[in-house]
Formats: sequence, structure tokens, C-alpha cells
Amino acid sequence: MTRAVATGTAEIGSVPPAEALAPRRRFRGPGQATGAAYLFLAPALLLIGTLFFLPVLAALVLSFTDFDIYAIGDLDNTRWVGVRNYGQLLETPLFWTALRNTFYFALIGGPLSIATSLGAALLLNSRLVRFKGFFRTVYFAPFVTTLVAVAIVWRYLYHTRYGMLNYGLGIFGIGPIDWLGDPGWAMPAIILMAVWKNFGYNMLIFIAGLQSIPEELYEAARIDGASALQRFRHVTLPQLGPTLLFVAVITMIGYFQLFVEPYVMTQGGPLRSTTSVVLLMYEEGFRWWRMGFAAAVAFVLFVIILGATLLQLRIQGEKRA
Amino acid sequence: MKSGALLIMVLPLLVACSAHSRDDEVVVRFWGMGREGEVVAELVPEFERRHPGIRVRVQQIPWTAAHEKLLTSFVGDATPDVAQLGNTWVPEFVALGALENLGPWVRRSKAVNPEEFFPGIWDTNVVDGQLYGLPWYVDTRVLFYRTDLLAEAGYFSPPQTWEEWQDAMRRMKARMGPDRYPILLPTNEWPQPVILGMQSGGPLLRGNGRFGNFRDPRFRRGFEFYVSLFREGLAPAVSAAEISNRYQEFARGNIGMMITGPWEIGEFSNRLPPEVQDKWMTAPLPGPDGPGTSSAGGASLVIFRDSEHKAAAWKLIEYLSEPEQQIRFYELSGNLPPGRRAWEDPKLAENRYAHAFREQLERVRPLPKVPEAEQIVTKVFEQGERAVRRQATVDQALTTLDREVDRLLEKRRWLLAKQDSEADR
Repeated sequence: MTRAVATGTAEIGSVPPAEALAPRRRFRGPGQATGAAYLFLAPALLLIGTLFFLPVLAALVLSFTDFDIYAIGDLDNTRWVGVRNYGQLLETPLFWTALRNTFYFALIGGPLSIATSLGAALLLNSRLVRFKGFFRTVYFAPFVTTLVAVAIVWRYLYHTRYGMLNYGLGIFGIGPIDWLGDPGWAMPAIILMAVWKNFGYNMLIFIAGLQSIPEELYEAARIDGASALQRFRHVTLPQLGPTLLFVAVITMIGYFQLFVEPYVMTQGGPLRSTTSVVLLMYEEGFRWWRMGFAAAVAFVLFVIILGATLLQLRIQGEKRA
Repeated sequence: MKSGALLIMVLPLLVACSAHSRDDEVVVRFWGMGREGEVVAELVPEFERRHPGIRVRVQQIPWTAAHEKLLTSFVGDATPDVAQLGNTWVPEFVALGALENLGPWVRRSKAVNPEEFFPGIWDTNVVDGQLYGLPWYVDTRVLFYRTDLLAEAGYFSPPQTWEEWQDAMRRMKARMGPDRYPILLPTNEWPQPVILGMQSGGPLLRGNGRFGNFRDPRFRRGFEFYVSLFREGLAPAVSAAEISNRYQEFARGNIGMMITGPWEIGEFSNRLPPEVQDKWMTAPLPGPDGPGTSSAGGASLVIFRDSEHKAAAWKLIEYLSEPEQQIRFYELSGNLPPGRRAWEDPKLAENRYAHAFREQLERVRPLPKVPEAEQIVTKVFEQGERAVRRQATVDQALTTLDREVDRLLEKRRWLLAKQDSEADR
């Protein structure tokens, strides 16, 4: 009652109320709120600033120097080299090999991993499947197993002469494949293992996404006479859109950072066919202590991942629009 | 900033030290790597008994983390007093200025006699004419071979020259068939191509370590020999990761020879089945025109420049260098001693597999004594692998090798030029 009166009087007043009140509130209110917000944010900002932005900035500066083992002994042995590290990086054949390997891994392994996850999620979400909890656990188990242990077991599976994989292929008359020794097969072998290792996590996310699709949509589609494939194509996929985008971005970022699998299984060989950009960075930085050069590698990788993420967001955005 | 962080790190250490030591006691901190770090703890009690005023605190560091840990300890001003250092790391730590010059200590010492050590091994510790480490144990590579397979090929004693070696392998291959190989040379290991390249006598670097010297005809001769073993099918083009169990392959006669180090004596004795035990032997490496040279690997004992107990640290090094302690160390770890007197001990003389190492140790050559050495030898096997897998000709591989090594040494050239200009001034 009183409020109604109050607004009533305001409306009657000569000054248009919306214009009169809004700027004043924006001027006073948010100003105070920002101050308090910053105060509350301060601890987190301080932590992020000192533990994240500062080191990143330091690494960026480092990438413009030739900081290395000699510089550790005497800082005077550091030279400011500008973008020479970046220039040299682009001239290094090994960098391009590593980049090609990383893209190979991400562009083949990433989609393969997402497809496998989606397939497994669809299967586990089907009403026909029994023991769902059991299978979910089994499929998720590789993800939580230590990668180093897994890699060692897989190295046995891949053994040319005694490995189970070649034994299985041999039954079908397919000759022994030198999985980790042949430069052409080493990366597919790494991809296969990585997909097996990682699909469980995305599968859980997809299951959650699938379960949030309302059953009525399927019902309606069924009444309209849509086949199972059509239902998947026109109901499931569009409804999973946001989940798919999330999974795609996260998977891609993860796959661009390929490191442990080749580090444990092949040390980047044979013939550098499994050397990834991160492995190259690790070798330059912590094996040879060429910190400046390694920092440059890190920033190039950062730019690539950022670019790929933006591209993906753009594509998905266009699709939805 | 550095000292603040350092204080926080070191404070508990200081407290720990003072808790254990009395005021009149000196505590020497010793860092040992891997198995050696464990074993040295058993040698320490005798040392402490002889030197009541000195206590030794041994810290074990896994080999995989050793290099990084030593560097971070240097950056953090927390280096130990004494440490075991892979002898290819010595030039690097000398470049850092982290190591004490041991020359004066040796000259004053009554216990350590440089003449007694194998010269090639001793030399690994000498950088720019100064001594920075004392050899602790040696690691050189020799030929491990199946006596029966070699005998079947008509060789009842191991080959001495490349020509004999090649002939022996060709004959072995003829009997072995396509899937079995006379020799295993894993393509991702550097010692094999580097040793063969050094055997003709050429230096790997030229101009005081300023440039690569791999197109030198002497290196080229060894490199070509290495590549030819694969191209002829005498060695399989596989990396070490692909051979899950080399002992099994050796036991089954799928592989007739390997070039490898002293730790394998123990491995072969333990892992090979009984029926093969009297069918293998070791031999010094053949060379281009007679007995060949091999690598001068191993570990040295060093004192860090920042140590406050150098006299006590030196006493520990002297003690560990005594022939009796070297023999005990050999018994405990299987590591071969760097001094000739220890080799006269019956315990070593009785080990028939060690004889080849004894002979080889008189003919070992160190790697170039530059901090970049490990990186350089990695480049050697990478280019070797390219040539082996026919992705490059020998010429192309060696040209690339020189170019890559020259690039690696750019910083070194700059530093040397800087030092020269400072010296001129």
C-alpha cells in the first residue's frame, strides 16, 4: 500500500524517475560494492597474482633471454636476446616435428576419444544394459590408474614378439607390427593407449548430460515416427550441445599437452616420432637447462591452445546461432 | 629474497645438525646417488672410527633426480660438502664455479697418488688444466658376447680389429638367418656411435670446444662403420625401449653380442639361465687397426667450493680412494675401481668377466669437457638413427650434426670471446 503510494508520487513528480534514480544508484551503489568486493577478493587475487600471474610474467621475460646453465652460475652470463628464441624455435626442425606430432595426437586422438566416450555413455545410458554401476566403474578405472603403471603394462601389450596385441592380430593372419619401434606406428599406439586411458572421464560427463535430456523429447520424436538414428541426430546431439562443447575444449587442451605417455613409453622416439611440444619443452628446460628457450616453447604452445580454444568456441557458437 | 627463502629451508637443517653433533665434531654432508648412496653408508663407520672428530651424514639421491637436485642446491646455496658426480657433469659444475680445485689437495696428500689411476679416467676430472674431482668408480664399455656363437663362426678368441669383427659378424649372420642378429646396438643409445667415432682418434670438437668436428674423416670412418652394421643387417634397427628383455634375447641366441658396461656382469650372472652361464664372455673393444679405445665414464668425488669443512671432506675422499675401501665398495656394489692397485686384489682378479674391463681401462678417452657434452652425444645418436633408418645419407647426417652442435656451442663461443676480451683488458 505505502509502496504503491510512494511509486505513485514519484511517477507524478516532474522528474522522470527511472532516469533520475538509475544513474544515482549506479554512481553510489556499485562504487561501494566494488570496494567491498575487492576486499573480499583480495586474498584470492593476491594468491593468483603471486602464484600464477607473476610466474607467467617471469616466464615471458625469461623467454626473451638466453638464461641457461651458464647463467645459473653467473647472472652476467645472461643475454637479452629479444625474440631470438622464438626465431630459433621456428628454425628448429625438431620443433616442427613436435608440433606435427602434437597436432596428429590432438586431431586424431581427441575426436576419437570423444567419440569413444559418447559411444560408451550411450551404451551405459541405454535401458537394455544391466550392471550399469559395474561397467561405469570398469570404464572409469583406467582414468584413475597411475599413468606410469598403465604405460608399463601397455608396453608389454605392444611388444613385437611377445605382446598380446600382436598375438591377437596374428590369429587373423596380420603380420607382427612393431608398435613402439616403427616410427609410423608409434603415434597410433600412443593414441590408442591415451584414448583407452582417458575416455572414462568424458564418459561420465556425457552420462550426466544424457540423463538431463527430458524423456518427453524422445517420446514425442518416437510418436512422430523418428528412427533411433534420427532421434540421436535430432534430439540427443543438439541437447548435448553444451556438454559436447565443454568436453571438446577440455579434451583438446589436455591432448595438446601430451607428455607422460611418450615420456614413459618411448622417450619421444623412435626417430622423434612421438616427441610432443611439452616433451620438447621438458627436455630443453629440465634436461638441458636452456630455460629461456624452454619458456619460448611454452608460450608458443599457450598461443596455439588459446587459438584452438577460441576457434572451437566460434564454431560451436555459429552452429547454435 | 634468495637468502630469506634459504633461511627457511636451511633452518631445520641447522637445528637437525646441531642436535646430532657435539661442538668439537665436524659434520661432513655427503650426497651419494642411487645404489652407491646406499652402499657408502656401510663404509662410513670405519672412517668415523679412524677420525673421531668427524661425522659423515650420507644423503641418498636417486639418479633420475640427481642432476636437478645438485643444480637447485647450488642455486639455493645449499650444496653438500662432498658429492658423487657423474664424471660427464664435472665440466658443467666447473662452469658454474661450484667445485673446489682439488689440485693443491692432491699435491699435499700422502695417500692419493695420481700415477695409480687409469689416465683416461683421471683425465675426465681435469678441466682447463685443473683437477676438480677424484675418480671413485669407472664405467667403460666393452664387448659382451656368446662364446658358442662366435666359435661356431670360426672365432675361438674375440676379434681385435674392425675387419676381424666385421668378418666374424658376417659369418655369424650367415648361420643365424634373417630374424637373429650378431650384435645389438640400440639406436637410442649414444655410447656405441660415439665410441666407434672416437676410436679413429679424432677429437669430437675443435677450437677448444667451440665447434663440432664430426665431418672430420677420422670420426666419419667410425660413423660409417656403425651405420654399415645396420645396413648390412648385422644389427637390428631397434631402440632400447623395443627390446623388452635383452637378457632373454641374448640367452636364446637371438643376439650374439652387445657393447655395454660393468653393471651387466652382475645382471648377466643373475638373469641368464644356467645353461647359458658358461657360454658368454667379455672382451675389450676391437678398434680400426688393433685393440680399440672406449669411453671413460664413471663417477667422481668432488668437494663443493662453499663447503666449510673442506679438510674433513678431503679426508673422506682420501679414505674412499684407498685400495681396500675401493675393493669393499666393489664387493658391495659391483662398481669397478679406478686405481690399478685395487685391481691387483684377488677378489677382482678372480672375476674372469672383469679382465676385459681391466685391459680396456688402459685405453679409454673422455668426452669433450664442455658442459654441453651430454647434449652433444644425444645429437650424435639422433643423427646416427637417421642414417641407420635411411632418412639421411652419412654425409647429410654428419653435416646436420655439425650444424646442430655448432648452434649448441654458440653460448660457449660467446663466453670464451668475452673471457678473452676481458683478459686483453
